[in-house]
Amino acid sequence: MKKILTTPIKDEDLESLNIGDVVYLTGTLVTCRDVAHRRLIELGRELPVNLEGGAIFHAGPIVRQKENGEYEMVSIGPTTSMRMEKFEKEFIKRTGVKLIVGKGGMGPETQEGCVENKAVHAIFPGGCAVLAATQVEKIEAAEWTDLGMPETLWVNRVKEFGPLIISIDTKGKNLIEENKAVFNEKKKPILERINQQIRFIK
Amino acid sequence: MNKEIAVADLTHVMAKFTSYIGKRLPTDVTEKLGELREKEVNFLAKEVYESMRQNQDAADKLDRPSCQDTGVIQYFLTAGSNFPLLGELEEILLGATQGATKDGPLRHNAVETFVEKNTGTNTGSKIPWLDWEIVPGDDSVIIDVYMAGGGCTLPGAAKVLMPGQGYEGVAEFVFDVITSRGVNACPPLLVGVGVSTSAETAARLSKKAILRPVTSRHSNDNAALMEELLTDGLNELGLGPQGLTGNNSVMGVNIESSARHPSTIGVAVSTGCWAHRRGKIKINADMSYEIISHKGFTL
Repeated sequence: MKKILTTPIKDEDLESLNIGDVVYLTGTLVTCRDVAHRRLIELGRELPVNLEGGAIFHAGPIVRQKENGEYEMVSIGPTTSMRMEKFEKEFIKRTGVKLIVGKGGMGPETQEGCVENKAVHAIFPGGCAVLAATQVEKIEAAEWTDLGMPETLWVNRVKEFGPLIISIDTKGKNLIEENKAVFNEKKKPILERINQQIRFIK
Repeated sequence: MNKEIAVADLTHVMAKFTSYIGKRLPTDVTEKLGELREKEVNFLAKEVYESMRQNQDAADKLDRPSCQDTGVIQYFLTAGSNFPLLGELEEILLGATQGATKDGPLRHNAVETFVEKNTGTNTGSKIPWLDWEIVPGDDSVIIDVYMAGGGCTLPGAAKVLMPGQGYEGVAEFVFDVITSRGVNACPPLLVGVGVSTSAETAARLSKKAILRPVTSRHSNDNAALMEELLTDGLNELGLGPQGLTGNNSVMGVNIESSARHPSTIGVAVSTGCWAHRRGKIKINADMSYEIISHKGFTL
């Protein structure tokens, strides 16, 4: 059965989740990436959207404006979450956001933020942007449109948005970092074997 | 044919083609992804491959860019010196980028540096980026269109090694880039390696390498051996799709090379994500064209 999170998300909704679990989201999902993070944390500007118990998506979509002025979500996939590592711990603390969706892993600061404030980071499969767009029911608002199409805060109503693969849980476990440690461990013996066969300079 | 009409026609064709390659993957990439999906046994990896398949179906059906990040548009030209519109190609490809931006629609991805403003047109200083090779006496042009998202552009790296580090140093560099930064670049990746004389020559060749078909091999036996060893070795790491672990890491490793200075080995890596959006089109002197990268393409 599908495990579905609904906004506003409560601490107890997240406590039983572990890295590697697959969940889906129903409710509100707000796109939020590089400049929005910088504006809140470094420039001290108030975010135009309330994220208490909410969910953000590290994403810069393609949006089309219809003739009646409404926006249509064309294509929306995750962007590299690690770019927001510098800001995310403070961002979680200041906004009360509970679910951060993006691509790839995040680092130790975000891990700390997730433990201290009971939040999780999840991976939506990168490049699957039309699949994601079909799970957006409506774009309810657009804030900070001066940032251009990718960086605008698009407020989306989503239904069973996913798959979302938990990559940092509330216990501070970090799936991608654990995987990376395994990759790095495997690397050395493989390279030693390859290197014996490519001594082309003689 | 009247030159003005020919320019307008070719601009239209290139706009359509640029827009098209953002929606459907080239035949070689689709085949390779199918092969990797079949081999996969890991639960999360299978889940991701299934999302990828559903996504490409939806993109095709809804006629939308399959990934939202439609990149900064790059054109790699192999142009005959006698191609009738040689001098007009730059203007044609600028118009094609603008046309594809509306037609796709493509995401607005050209941020003017130092001004730090998104131009909203996907054009800007030296963008679309053009790379030229001239073929003396030929009268056709082959254009590779490439659309790389930020995610798979980020791992890009170049370095100049000392000859004492040898090809072993090249292999180590490739592994370091892939294990540290390739994980976030939407694997399974197509890895391009340039082996050359300096940082920028190697970098250019590494990008040319990922324009080659996934299963192609370098014409030199040693280089081809290294392509295979790196492919197998990286797959043994088991990055899996999205770095979630799995049976494979890469679609392949392609090496391009040039002669080098005796004191240096320039090495560079460029990565293409699983949604490796590139297209190859040949345009003849009479403006008829042939799509090489996508079987069954129609405008």
